[in-house]
Amino acid sequence: MTEASQKARAISRRQFMSDTAKTACGVSLFGLGLGMYSQQARSLPPLAIRPPGALAEDQFTSACIRCGLCVRDCPYDTLKLGRFGGEVLTGTPYFTARDVPCEMCEDIPCVKACPTGALDPELEIIDDARMGLAALIDQETCLNFQGLRCEVCYRVCPLIEDAITLDLQHNPRSGSHAFFIPTVHSDACTGCGKCEHACVLPEAAIKILPKKIAKGQSAEHYRLGWEEKQKAGESLVNPDVEHKYNLPQGVEYDHGGKGLINEKVDAVPFGGNALDTLKQHKADLQ
Amino acid sequence: MSQQKMPGTDRIANVGWLKANEWLLLRRFSQLSILGVFLLGPLAGVWIVKGNLASSVTLDVLSLTDPYVLLQSLFAGHVMQTTAITGALIVLAFYLLVGGRVYCSWVCPINIVTDTANWLRKKLGIKGQGMRFSKQTGYWIFAMTLILAFISKSIAWELANPVSIVYRGLLYGMGSAWLMIAALFLFDLFVSRRGWCTHLCPVGIFYGLLGSKSILKVTAINRENCNDCMDCFSVCPEPQVIKPALKKLTDDKNPLIQSGRCTNCARCIDVCNQNVFSFTTRFNKQDGMHLHQQKEIMP
Repeated sequence: MTEASQKARAISRRQFMSDTAKTACGVSLFGLGLGMYSQQARSLPPLAIRPPGALAEDQFTSACIRCGLCVRDCPYDTLKLGRFGGEVLTGTPYFTARDVPCEMCEDIPCVKACPTGALDPELEIIDDARMGLAALIDQETCLNFQGLRCEVCYRVCPLIEDAITLDLQHNPRSGSHAFFIPTVHSDACTGCGKCEHACVLPEAAIKILPKKIAKGQSAEHYRLGWEEKQKAGESLVNPDVEHKYNLPQGVEYDHGGKGLINEKVDAVPFGGNALDTLKQHKADLQ
Repeated sequence: MSQQKMPGTDRIANVGWLKANEWLLLRRFSQLSILGVFLLGPLAGVWIVKGNLASSVTLDVLSLTDPYVLLQSLFAGHVMQTTAITGALIVLAFYLLVGGRVYCSWVCPINIVTDTANWLRKKLGIKGQGMRFSKQTGYWIFAMTLILAFISKSIAWELANPVSIVYRGLLYGMGSAWLMIAALFLFDLFVSRRGWCTHLCPVGIFYGLLGSKSILKVTAINRENCNDCMDCFSVCPEPQVIKPALKKLTDDKNPLIQSGRCTNCARCIDVCNQNVFSFTTRFNKQDGMHLHQQKEIMP
């Protein structure tokens, strides 16, 4: 091999190495940018709700191929696809409850349409869906919290009396009325968003949030005494001491029941007329 | 500025504009009618096809899925349902039959954008390659999309993929997807000749890998007639694939354009005034077909 051709080969090898390095660096940088962007884009805006049966968000982004077939088969045009440059991960389905809530179709057409399993086909009963969780997050504006009887959220709930109940509380403002407090139960709420959609306020006081935001978690070691007592049939600590009331003779008090009981009213030592009492006392002495 | 001679001028003079652009017109018809059938749903309420190129359902029966998206999803750790897998196998089989990058030249909407950019580039007399990319760049990007899917546990490439973003945009709402089209157009026009489709796009790399095994091929069957006018090289999006076939550089000297990078766009057939090229199968390695036989394969 001549010196010149050796030199040419060395140059071409150098060229190859530098080309490869350049390309690898360029592509890696692009990949890094894209990776960062994808991680950022993953944080779904809290008011964007995934369709029923959607896998947990980190699995969902690996399973959803952004075809939009769920959107097409949604009979109420609830579902939308994230647009390029928008807030929701490009091409993935979501809905905004305040605009159009999920109507909870019994045959769940969106899940049936999904070709990949990003919407879990094992969801067969729509009541088992957990799209999010309703949370009455603003007690300051909720009309029922002011002692009024709005409770539209309760009335429109597809699982009325299971997912939302009205809990009675004393209204100390009037002294003689009740608050009807809408209370969401996470074991039944599907997160369909009909309550948020129907809230009469200009800005809804009840909102669907991702469960991890809306729901607290009780510590595993917590035990509620009254529940444990019921399970065991007796108190697990010291035996209960019956409370004693220091009341006049013949008067009793029924806690949480009738209240003050004054049955032996005849036996009261003093009658209405003081003179009769004195006469009685005299008669007793004789 | 001296106007470049546009490739195909001789053929147009010889057989007329229509005949000299028939494959191009067929491709545009194919690209636009596929898009049109998709658009019939959202625009006119006629639901022949639902979904988009990632996954679609035709007449509520035929489910098709893009095998490249499925592959990325697999790398991201999700195993698809059978609907998607079956759909992807059908698509795979189809492109193995007609040529992998038929996706690029007969289906992909971006092809219209970049072809137009390249045409304008010639009209404006912009010479040279512009920004150069090493031949491997597309393969690196392709590998990156899979590695990224694996690391990020998400189909991250779909956040940037112009093909699906534009298609989805047209069918479900554009958002800022127009910017993507404009960026690609300007990139191919001013920055790099055929920069996106030929050098960078990983979707083309994926379908190119299929294409290296596909049945339908372009052959330089009448290469003896070649008069070195260079029109085919000028018009071809992947000019390097022509030379081995045309100049007998392969081991068995057969006239098939074998590279998977060939998009089967048939522009070479359109522009060649010597009727050198025609479609055939990968099994036909015959050299020098008579002209009357060739006619039968022409549309």
